[in-house]
Amino acid sequence: MAWYLIVLLVMLLPFEVFALSAEDVMKKSQAAFLYPGKDFKARVGMKLISKEGKERIREMTMLRKNYGEPGGDQKLFIYFFQPADVKDMTFMVYKYPVKDDDRWLFVPAINMVRRIAAQDKTSSFVGSDFTYEEVSGRDIVDDTHSIVKEEKLGAKDCYVIKSTPKAADVDYSYKLSWIDKANFLPVKEEYYDRRGELYKVFTADEVKDVKGFPTVTKRTMKNLQSGHRTEVTYLKSDYNIGIEDSLFSERFLRLPPKKWIE
Amino acid sequence: MLSSNSFALDISLHGFLQGNYSFDTASSNPDGGDFKWAEERFQLKLDAAKEPFRLFIKTDAFFDHIDEKGDVELREGYIDYTAKKWDLRIGRQVITWGLGDLIFINDVFPKDYEAFFSGRPMEYLKKGVDGVKVGLYPVFASFEFIAVPFFEPNNYPDARRFHMFDPMPNVTNREEKDPASNFKNTELALRIYRDIAGFDASVYFYRGFFRKPYLIPDDLNNTTKITLHYPKLSVYGASLQGRALEGVLSLETGYYDSRQDRAGTDYTVPNSQARFLIGYQRQLWEDFTIGFQYYMEYMHDYSEYKKAQPAGFPKDRKLGQLATVRLTQFLMHQNLRLSLFSFWSPSDGDYMLNPEIKYNFSDHVWAAVGGNIYGGGERWSQFGQLDKNDNIYLQLRYEF
Repeated sequence: MAWYLIVLLVMLLPFEVFALSAEDVMKKSQAAFLYPGKDFKARVGMKLISKEGKERIREMTMLRKNYGEPGGDQKLFIYFFQPADVKDMTFMVYKYPVKDDDRWLFVPAINMVRRIAAQDKTSSFVGSDFTYEEVSGRDIVDDTHSIVKEEKLGAKDCYVIKSTPKAADVDYSYKLSWIDKANFLPVKEEYYDRRGELYKVFTADEVKDVKGFPTVTKRTMKNLQSGHRTEVTYLKSDYNIGIEDSLFSERFLRLPPKKWIE
Repeated sequence: MLSSNSFALDISLHGFLQGNYSFDTASSNPDGGDFKWAEERFQLKLDAAKEPFRLFIKTDAFFDHIDEKGDVELREGYIDYTAKKWDLRIGRQVITWGLGDLIFINDVFPKDYEAFFSGRPMEYLKKGVDGVKVGLYPVFASFEFIAVPFFEPNNYPDARRFHMFDPMPNVTNREEKDPASNFKNTELALRIYRDIAGFDASVYFYRGFFRKPYLIPDDLNNTTKITLHYPKLSVYGASLQGRALEGVLSLETGYYDSRQDRAGTDYTVPNSQARFLIGYQRQLWEDFTIGFQYYMEYMHDYSEYKKAQPAGFPKDRKLGQLATVRLTQFLMHQNLRLSLFSFWSPSDGDYMLNPEIKYNFSDHVWAAVGGNIYGGGERWSQFGQLDKNDNIYLQLRYEF
């Protein structure tokens, strides 16, 4: 009888205590996907694959450090290994949740550091199918979110969230996200264009546990209209490695420390 | 991991094979040739690091089809030492300061304008200096201190390849007099920079020489010989760059103290100047960026200058102005780049246009085709004098 009561209580609980709003789900997802740990480092391989199957390679080391709570400020440092014409280039972002990001680029051929004006919402990241914003994350408050349904995707129980941009600042009119209930990582995202047609699909193809943090180590963004897709693989990744604040400076943009980029 | 790092010697070798050709479209060269540039070039970059040291060598070997000669040049070659709060770079190095896009106020370091006007890749506009750079990084600001004992002038277009204004074309006896390499003539440059309220702020100081040669005729009324010299110069400047109006705003200024002619009465030495630059760039749509610049140089003691300038010599304006526009559109997953850069001088009325198409055939091979078009103004003004030098160029590179 006691068991029966407990089970009954637990069954009632979700409605009282565990009911998550769509915003809560997206916040948890942002924290799990883009903010785990104090800092993060990954050796990233990118394949840009055309409709005809022609491949371009991008390879970089990406370093990230969180400042404050998930959803708060972040600093990002990227060093390019490949292709040859961008080798030794570095790129730095100070990401702020409410205002525009600050971005700097170092061009080794002329030893020059410049701010760049690219806007992250529509600019392609190094020619890939990801926009800057899809790499570094979109602010939760820029969209209205609703839970469309809950369903299984493969073996994963997911929330399906519809996110509609409040302003027409991006190329899509809305996005559907399948968020894994177990770890809050996105499993799939569908981007619908202004006519309401599906045109871009994101899939998390591999999730691995790195230092206790579930991490998407393989992902694909496919443009259904152009047939072009980008596959991203984390060749190595690590958390809480003690990246110093000083890394995110013009000094190290010009001369990136080997210990961080290798 | 620590131990393996501290004993490891990392060596990497990269470089490229390049063909670079530039063909006259307005008229032949003064010496009758039709190419401004025609060469094949091989570059090798060696990077060897064993912390805290690093060695970097960038060497080019090339064959020039116009002069029918090959040569090897050391583009850069230096050793870095990196400590926690400071670092050191000794050797031949490229230094780029200031915020201007092809307009230089505080970037007082040597340029190769022949490369720029001939349609060579942008990196060849910058020349290295042989010197020492010390970086200091205390918490409150960063310091870059540079000492260059060996003077390096700008490189201007070759008179056999380019039609240019010369106030005394009949005097062929010319001698170039570089500042002697001694302790007193060592060029010194300092940049201090830090963040101020989200803006990148820098102040600059330079003590050295003009890198453009100025003429000293032996006798104005009956000139038989011209000496080309590089007068003493100090520059005091500042710059500010940050986000504004949904783009990036740049402000730069510098005072050019012409130390050999502060009164402005010597016509063989330029007058002191104040220079200002405002720049703004913004992305308007996907992969399309637009950049504007407006530049002014104000000549001090202009009435003295007008009085001193010999008859028959063109006179610079009291207020020189220059406006630029840069448009850049990437297409096809950034494999195709269309760009246009233009200079236009509101004061002189001359201009330069540089449209370019660059395509990456693969991760290793790219080609760029572009044009340099000059005109307007006077036959002695900056771009007006280049009127007959329009060219189209091809850059083809295999990079590894």
